[in-house]
Amino acid sequence: MMFFEVLRIELFKIFRRPRTFIAFGAIALIILLIQFALKVNGNEFILFFTDSQTDTFEIPFGGILNGYFVCVAVLHIILVHVPLLVALIAGDMIAGEANSGTLRMLATKSVTRTELVLAKFAASAVYVILLLLWMALFALVGSLLLFGANDLVVFKETDLHIISNTDVVWRFIAAFFFAALALIMIAALSVFLSVFAENSLGPIVATVCIVIVFTILQQLKVPVFEQTINPWSFTTHMLGWKGFFYVEKSADGVTIPGSIENPIALVKSGAILLGYITLFISAAVWAFRKKDILS
Amino acid sequence: MKKIILALFSLLLLVAAAQASDPTAVALLASVKKKYDLVNDYSARARLVTNVIFIKAPVSQVTVYYRKPDQLLVKNEKGISFIPKGTVHINMNNVLGLTNFEAVLSGTETVDGVLCTVVKIFPLSEEESITRATLYIDPTQLLVRRSVVSTKESGTYSIKMKYGSYSWCGLPSEVAMEFNTRDYKLPKGTTLDYDNGTPKASGLPQKGKVLIQYQAYTLNKGLPASLFR
Repeated sequence: MMFFEVLRIELFKIFRRPRTFIAFGAIALIILLIQFALKVNGNEFILFFTDSQTDTFEIPFGGILNGYFVCVAVLHIILVHVPLLVALIAGDMIAGEANSGTLRMLATKSVTRTELVLAKFAASAVYVILLLLWMALFALVGSLLLFGANDLVVFKETDLHIISNTDVVWRFIAAFFFAALALIMIAALSVFLSVFAENSLGPIVATVCIVIVFTILQQLKVPVFEQTINPWSFTTHMLGWKGFFYVEKSADGVTIPGSIENPIALVKSGAILLGYITLFISAAVWAFRKKDILS
Repeated sequence: MKKIILALFSLLLLVAAAQASDPTAVALLASVKKKYDLVNDYSARARLVTNVIFIKAPVSQVTVYYRKPDQLLVKNEKGISFIPKGTVHINMNNVLGLTNFEAVLSGTETVDGVLCTVVKIFPLSEEESITRATLYIDPTQLLVRRSVVSTKESGTYSIKMKYGSYSWCGLPSEVAMEFNTRDYKLPKGTTLDYDNGTPKASGLPQKGKVLIQYQAYTLNKGLPASLFR
């Protein structure tokens, strides 16, 4: 019962700060700018992916540029940067209290330290979910209103997938759930780092640096990292949301409605992200319980 | 030396003679064209199946529009299809409508259990996009069962046709087309794909296939030229 009371207070604190809404504003602005750019130069954007095939195929530019395609493009561009916005709030959860001198007072209340960390983490998770719902509203609903609906074309490095528009909506819902899991993992990392800091800048910068380092290792695509670090790196599995847009095909090349290419890999990625969340939050609880609170 | 030059000259003459149009081939082509000429235009509902190594696409419902002599449009009314540009060659008038060409008989071959006469056609005009065509003609029903069309810019198209109730005017019930595809590969890192362990497509050029199964034809009702722009 105490947990939910603390959670309510933590949510109140998060949404009372003006900086919380910077993330919501920034996401809305970025999405609107991308939508505007694609409305004006959408064909050039599609040509980048289809240029090698223009001699062989009639490229249905008008059909490809629809709300679903724009939404995937938006998610592709901005989801990589959202960890920064998540770290901005989650990294402040405990370190911010330490910095403002309220952590000791908080620890004297009739709530266990475990409940306190869990409530702060849960509040960060609620923030992540609200941020994603906001993103979904602008990226999916907004793009559908601006560009209309059609089949979804997903361009990969060596192939492209066309998904019937009757088979798309559930994929977006699943992808948003998976993205939420990935960003909650970032929140867990930030909360964990936040336990050790006396001001919020440290855990925020540290979280962003960790994400950048692992993303670069992933983008290098060299065997030494591909075979060792990348299979276990959270940045590899955070991209799992894209897996819902990779479809399986039959022997005669036709997509199988409702299918996902190698769903086992998605389950594995989800499990690894859950594992990281459990690890970081358990470590945060353990460290916070041992912590000598001086401020 | 003179003998060698004479022999070479004779050989060249022979080759030239062999290349000249065979009247039997030309007559056969004329008979087939007469049958195909019964159609001025058509629109047809069809099912399109694309089988290209780097494309995963659902089965599409398309409408095929044709207007004499060589306008052809395949339109996916509801969804998205990557339609090969060479689909225009499923219209046999592209070959049968040639005026300046040489045609030679090249024996017989069985296509789907039907003994066909093989006719090789060589357009003589430099402006033609087709460089060579081979038609496998069913001499009894005067239907093209298979064609292999080589083009200047987009490679070779191999097309097999099956016929149903519209065979009287040379319209197929099913067309299977094979064509050359170019490699598809985006620069590394541009898409930042999720690695789900699925082996990547080779990205090398391979044969692509398109299957068009016609469901209903509407013949000679008149189609505006603007439709094909």
